[in-house]
Amino acid sequence: MSVFGLALLFWLAAWAVNAALARSRWRDASGVRVVVPVLFGAAILGLWEGAVRGFGVSPVILPAPSSVAARFAGETGLLWEDFLQTVLKGALSGYAIGCGAAFLVAVLIDRSRFLTRGLLPVGNFVAALPIVGIAPILVSWFGFDWQSKAAVVVVMVFFPVLVNTVQGLAEASAMQKDLMRTYAASYLQTLLKLRLPAAMPFVFNGLKIATTLALIGAIVAEYFGSPTRGMGFRISTGVGRLDIELVWAEIAVAALTGSAVFGLVSLVERWVTFWHPSQRS
Amino acid sequence: MGPVVVAEGLDLTFRTNDGPVQALSDVSLSVAPGEFVSFIGPSGCGKTTFLRCVAALETPTGGRLSVNGMSADAARKARAYGYVFQAAGLYPWRTIGGNVRLPLEIMGFPRAEQDRRVKDVLELVELSGFEKKFPWQLSGGMQQRASIARALAFDADLLLMDEPFGALDEIVRDRLNEELLGLWGRTGKTMLFVTHSIPEAVYLSTKIVVMSPRPGRIAEVIESPLPRERPLDIRDSAAFLEIAHRVREGLRAGHAYEG
Repeated sequence: MSVFGLALLFWLAAWAVNAALARSRWRDASGVRVVVPVLFGAAILGLWEGAVRGFGVSPVILPAPSSVAARFAGETGLLWEDFLQTVLKGALSGYAIGCGAAFLVAVLIDRSRFLTRGLLPVGNFVAALPIVGIAPILVSWFGFDWQSKAAVVVVMVFFPVLVNTVQGLAEASAMQKDLMRTYAASYLQTLLKLRLPAAMPFVFNGLKIATTLALIGAIVAEYFGSPTRGMGFRISTGVGRLDIELVWAEIAVAALTGSAVFGLVSLVERWVTFWHPSQRS
Repeated sequence: MGPVVVAEGLDLTFRTNDGPVQALSDVSLSVAPGEFVSFIGPSGCGKTTFLRCVAALETPTGGRLSVNGMSADAARKARAYGYVFQAAGLYPWRTIGGNVRLPLEIMGFPRAEQDRRVKDVLELVELSGFEKKFPWQLSGGMQQRASIARALAFDADLLLMDEPFGALDEIVRDRLNEELLGLWGRTGKTMLFVTHSIPEAVYLSTKIVVMSPRPGRIAEVIESPLPRERPLDIRDSAAFLEIAHRVREGLRAGHAYEG
C-alpha cells in the first residue's frame, strides 16, 4: 500500500511542477515544451507501477511497466524480427504502394468529372468495410507471409489518400487557374506549377491518416494467418500463452513506431507546405 | 500600325440557373497602340467581362473581336497580353522573385534571361530587395506591385488590368497610379484598365469608356485632352475637373435608363 502512496505522491509532485511550469514565464521555451509532456508520461507510468505493486495486481491482468521494460530489453532480437516482418515488410510496402497508387489515380482521373464525382461515394463505402472482414480474404488470396499484410494495408490507405488528393487538386482558385490560362500554360505546366503545390496540404492530410491505418492494418491482418513472426502474430499468441509482458512490449513498439512515423510525415509536411497558413510560424 | 483591340457589336449572354443574363450588348470599340483606356461603370456593367473577352477568358456569343489583328484566343496563345487581376493572386509557395519568374518559366525563357528580367521588372515596380520574400510577408500594396511585375515580366505590348488597386487604400492607390503612369510613359504599352473610381480613370487615361448595366453596354466614350505627362496635382486643374464632370454625367445618364 505504501508503494502506491509513494507513487501517488510522485504523481502529485509531477502535477505541481507541470502546473508551475505552464504558468511560469518560461512556458514557451522549447525545453519546457519537451519537459512537460515527458513529465506527464513519467507520472502516469509511476502511478501505474505503484498501483500494480501496491495492490499486488496479477501480471496476467496488468504487468508493471518495469517488468515490461525488462522483458523489452531481454527480447530485442525477437522484437526486431517482428518489427521487420510487420512494419518494414507489411506496413511500409503497403503504405508506399497504396499511397503512390492513390496519388497517381487521383491525378489521372482528375480530368473526368464523372470519375471524381463517382469515386467519393465508392471511397466512403470501401473505407467503411471492416478490416476484420477483408483481411481473411486477402490472406487466402496472397498467402500467409507479408504480401497479404501489404495488400490489406493497400486497401486501407488507398481511398483516404485518393479522396484527399482529388479534393486537393480542386483547391486552386478560379483566378489562379485563369492566370495560367493567360500564360497559355499547358495542362502539365498548370498541374506541376499550380495544382499539385496547392493540393499538398490535402495530400499530407491523407498521408497522415494513412500512417495510422497502415500500422493497424498490418498488425490486425496477422491475426488471420501469418508465419511464426510478426507483431500481430506475437500479440495474439502471447495472449493465448499468458505471456502478457511480451504483448505489452509489442504494444510499446507499435506505439513508438506509430508516433515516430506520424512525426516524420508531419515533419515532411512542414517542409513541403511551409507556405500554408496552418504551418507558418 | 493597326488598332490593338477592335470590338464590333460584341454580345455575351451567360446561361445561369435563373435564365440567360446579358453581360455585354452591342459593344463596339477600337483601341490604338499606346493608348491608355479606362473602363468605368457600376457593378454589372460588363467592364470586367469585356476585359476577360479580350483576354479570351470568356467567349463572346455574338459580334467580332480581334486582338493584334487575330482572334482573342489566338492572341492569348501568342502571349500577346499581361493580365493583372483584382487580387494579387501570388502563389504563396513561391517567393516574390519566383512568382515573377512563373510566366517566364512557362514560356520557356532561358535561365539567364529569366534572372535578368526578374531583376529588371522588380526594379521597375520598386520591389528590388524583396525578391526572396514570400508574398504573405508583404503588404497588400507591395503584393499588387509584384503582380504587376509578373504581368510585365514577359514584355507583352498589351496590359489588361482589372481593378488592380480596388482593394487598396487611397494613399497607396495614388502612389501606384503615379507609378503606373510613369511605367506607361517609359514602355509605351497599350493599357486597358477597369476601375470604379472617376478620379483614377481621369488621371490615368487617354480614353475613358463609360459603361452602364443591364445589359452591359457602352454609354459614352470620352477622349481626354490632358497631356501624357501628368503630375498628381493635375487633378486640381480645370481641365481635369471638366472631364471628371463629363464622366459623372455619362454615368448618371446610363443609370437613368433603368427608371
